[in-house]
Amino acid sequence: MRRILVWCEARLSLRDTVGPMMMHPIPRGAAGPMGWWYVFGSASMTLLLIQILSGIGLSLVYVPTADQAYESLVYLNYQMPLGWFLRSLHYWSGSAMVIMVVVHAFQVFLHGAYKYPRELNWITGVFLLLLTLGMAFTGQVLRWDADAYWGIGVGASMAGRVPWLGPYIVDLLLGGPIIGADSLSRFFALHVFVIPGLLLGLLAIHLWLVLKRGISAPPVQGQIVDPRTYQQEYEKELHKEGVPFFGEAMLKDAFFSSLTVIVVVVLAAIAGPKGPGALPEPALLGANPKPDWPFWWLFALLSLSPAGAETFIILVMPVVLIGALLLVPFVSNRGERAPSRRPVAVLSVIVIITVIAVLTYYGATEPWSPVMGAWSGDAIPEDLVQSSTPLRLQGAVVFQNKQCRNCHALEGIGGRRGPDLSRVGTRLTRDQLIDQISNGTPGGGNMPAYGKQMKPAEMSALVEFLVNLRPPGQKAAQPAAIGELEPQRASR
Amino acid sequence: MSNSTVQTGSPADNLPPRRSFLRWWTYGVGAVAATIVAIPFLGYLFGAIRKPQVQSVRLGPLDQFPPDQTRLVTFDNELGQPWDGMTAHMGVYVRNLGNDKKEQDRFLVFAMNCAHLGCPVTWFPQSGLFMCPCHGGVYYENGERASGPPPRGLFRITPEIRDGELWISAPFLPTLQNTFEKPARV
Repeated sequence: MRRILVWCEARLSLRDTVGPMMMHPIPRGAAGPMGWWYVFGSASMTLLLIQILSGIGLSLVYVPTADQAYESLVYLNYQMPLGWFLRSLHYWSGSAMVIMVVVHAFQVFLHGAYKYPRELNWITGVFLLLLTLGMAFTGQVLRWDADAYWGIGVGASMAGRVPWLGPYIVDLLLGGPIIGADSLSRFFALHVFVIPGLLLGLLAIHLWLVLKRGISAPPVQGQIVDPRTYQQEYEKELHKEGVPFFGEAMLKDAFFSSLTVIVVVVLAAIAGPKGPGALPEPALLGANPKPDWPFWWLFALLSLSPAGAETFIILVMPVVLIGALLLVPFVSNRGERAPSRRPVAVLSVIVIITVIAVLTYYGATEPWSPVMGAWSGDAIPEDLVQSSTPLRLQGAVVFQNKQCRNCHALEGIGGRRGPDLSRVGTRLTRDQLIDQISNGTPGGGNMPAYGKQMKPAEMSALVEFLVNLRPPGQKAAQPAAIGELEPQRASR
Repeated sequence: MSNSTVQTGSPADNLPPRRSFLRWWTYGVGAVAATIVAIPFLGYLFGAIRKPQVQSVRLGPLDQFPPDQTRLVTFDNELGQPWDGMTAHMGVYVRNLGNDKKEQDRFLVFAMNCAHLGCPVTWFPQSGLFMCPCHGGVYYENGERASGPPPRGLFRITPEIRDGELWISAPFLPTLQNTFEKPARV
């Protein structure tokens, strides 16, 4: 056995190449308790490994054609032994990978580890993050359901807004004039060949940089990064008290990675696979495509932006955001690394996390989407029509039949695109209601003009219903008297 | 190695040696090889950019569309691939503007895609509105924008009447710069 090893080593020379990599010295601090901050990168890689294995497993059964993809997913879920688990694992481990990569980026940012001489580590890292998100997006399309179908439609409609080139980009995206088999094949090629290839290649460079530039020491207050002296001091510290990576540091990595795998597997087993959802059949209508959670913040940002700024936000904002990320190591290349001495960095992390969390919440709840079945599915709350006159009851029927409920909730049930109207009688007078309903939002805003969409009798019944929507004892809205509106002029 | 061969301007350097010739020859051959691989490959990749062929879709006999009503007609769109399956099963909305109009002007046909971001709009006959489930775009029965984020009305398809039946050419996915009224590629 030993002779075989010696024979191989004589040809492979691994001791000269892999040996130094495993044993390369790292700053003592990175192997100590602070080392627990350094575990997120290796955990991302462990999850990537799970993604590759489970992905290969799924590809043994999944059929990437428009007419059979859905069926093959259902087969995986219900008939293939442990197919459900592999789909579930691929989804949850992928989700965890997105989180882990983002946490890794935040850690590197907070500890100033991107500063001289590790700018390229950060830049390759930004692209690795983008590629990870690219995997999440293309993977969601392979779940060939209504969300995937209409999600491509939304993506194509956005791309179609690019000046001049829009229609051609749409063709390239769809692979043809309609969303169909060619579109799915494209996303399959991206998800299985193109993006993983780029990802692994870039990851190799990322790791090479980590080896060549060394792992940064945990930040210490007052220890300034100065490109003129940094390299020298770093080498000196490694020489004096460096410890091999293959030891405490790697143990921490291994422990955290194992913990992550256990959490992901348990989660996958309990929560089960995601989808496929509704059939990818456009004639079924009513689809409201929703991206997977990594994109909810973006989804909310687009949905909440004013229609006028939309094209700008769709086309320019991604460029600005990615550009800003890439510029980070050039904007702050030297100086303090300790978070306690970098208030702007800490504040930006807090702001970024808060903004993304709030937008993600909005993306999850989608208050901007009408509830298409509310008019026929959600009854008028009983207490709103108790002891009503026949006219008011008739108005309540008009309210439902004209699909008002799809955008206006009553007592919190129904659409939330427009305001909840349970107490509208305290806010608007009869005349104001008639004006609002007939003309909609001035300038073609969010509410359509219903003037021509209902008969006068329907309008009076509806207004009678609405004007009486107020809690018992509360006064109805009163028209503002001239004196109240302009007290100064009245006193003259 | 003697000094004379390294010196610049030595007679041996000035002559175009075989080695220098071979180097330039290799660059040239390499460029040719790369080009003849790249051109057909890129041509294949960009082959998706092409004018869709014209495919007629029969929507049905005219009397299937009662006056002043809007109907969803579904069909299998054959612009794609034979293995599109249910994804090719889509629809258009047909409105009969009233039988007092001339037969040619009587029918409005709308693609089902919202002009905002392409989601499928639903027709509500009770309120006479098309509503989009995604961001609440609303259109009137004539396809004009009523409210919400869409920058324009619904995408209109010009129908054709042949032997008492309504036909359209199979619709591609319309986007703001590529509509049926004004296709990006004519």
